[in-house]
Amino acid sequence: MLSKEEILSFLEEIPDPEIPVISIVELGVVRDVLPSGKNIEVIITPTYSGCPAMKQMEDDVRKKLKEKGFEEIKITTTYSPPWTTDWLSEEAKLKLQKYGIAPPEESTTDKSFLTGKHKAITCPRCKSKNTVMISQFGSTACKALYQCKDCLEAFDYFKCI
Amino acid sequence: MTKQEALFNYTLRLADNSLILAQRLCEWTSKGPFLEEDLALTNISLDIFGRAKSLLEYAARVEGKGRTEDTLAFFRNDRQFTNNLICEQENGDYAKTMVRQAMIDCFDLMLYTELSKSKDETIAGIAAKSIKEITYHKRHSFSWVDRFGNGTEESKTRAQNALNELWRFSGEFFETDEAEQLLLKEGISVDVKAFKEKWEKEMVALFEKAGLTLPENTFMQTGGRKGIHTEHLAYLLAEMQALPRMYPDAKW
Ligand SMILES: [Zn+2]
Repeated sequence: MLSKEEILSFLEEIPDPEIPVISIVELGVVRDVLPSGKNIEVIITPTYSGCPAMKQMEDDVRKKLKEKGFEEIKITTTYSPPWTTDWLSEEAKLKLQKYGIAPPEESTTDKSFLTGKHKAITCPRCKSKNTVMISQFGSTACKALYQCKDCLEAFDYFKCI
Repeated sequence: MTKQEALFNYTLRLADNSLILAQRLCEWTSKGPFLEEDLALTNISLDIFGRAKSLLEYAARVEGKGRTEDTLAFFRNDRQFTNNLICEQENGDYAKTMVRQAMIDCFDLMLYTELSKSKDETIAGIAAKSIKEITYHKRHSFSWVDRFGNGTEESKTRAQNALNELWRFSGEFFETDEAEQLLLKEGISVDVKAFKEKWEKEMVALFEKAGLTLPENTFMQTGGRKGIHTEHLAYLLAEMQALPRMYPDAKW
């Protein structure tokens, strides 16, 4: 029987449908895998309640596990603990930055996101900290829209939740 | 009323409040005042739809009669919805949408913060997730009410008109019913009356900062809990439910 680590490594091959440089495992959407013989249960959690990519991720998980020989694949959605950007590894954050998305710069535990007194966000393009938030709500639920005042480029910031 | 019936009614009402508000907000999609706001309201609507979906799924599971989140959303009539009347009010201008949103966000943040301590694990889980999202929504709606109030004469007048029109729906937030009382004893529901004062204080502070005044008429319109709605709900449902009712087997 395959170990959890082996199964997770299969799921590592599935990219996030909206941010293809990181996998759904790195993103923290896959919470657990519970294999039992030819069958398996996968526990997932949504990034945002209304994340429209969840269905796509479920389909991708099913397809991948079918390819790897599993028969019955059950996908269970859990809401607790709620997904947090704290689960993104340093490696995943670096990948986001290279892709042009500013990674979350704060830990959610400092609660600064509640007061709006957040740190200056670094432009993923020119690394300037001279940036300004244009909108709290960007191209997807998990991102805010920023602009760099030095290189003038607009960019997405993966906001902390 | 059994505990199961109470839990079904209570969860369904939480879901209805989210579903109807989300449907209203998404009417702004492609019609926002400018691109960033268009995206913002669409994203906020999506968060609230997501919450509605989780709650409807749970309500269907609690009921255990084979209904699903889809049948609950699309195959009930207006009299079977128990959302607060404020959620179904028309969008009006942007000031009205934002005043409505600020009142609801402020209430929802308090409600879901308490619900995250519920003894019902599913409700507590959905609530804990919602708090993070509502925090963002509230910052957005509060900042707009402030900007409208402290903006031009025109924007201030519009915000004041919105407040005059919507304030009468705020009493309904703090009503309770049999299901809620029953679940309160079980540690599942929340005593909304306990944070009425805190909510009013926070709203008054926001409106004062924005130079807006509460209407003198304190008549409070209610009826949502009994399925007695304003005329707007039926029109909203007609649009939302048209496709699944015309093609009940449609899948996407
Ligand atoms: Zn730059």
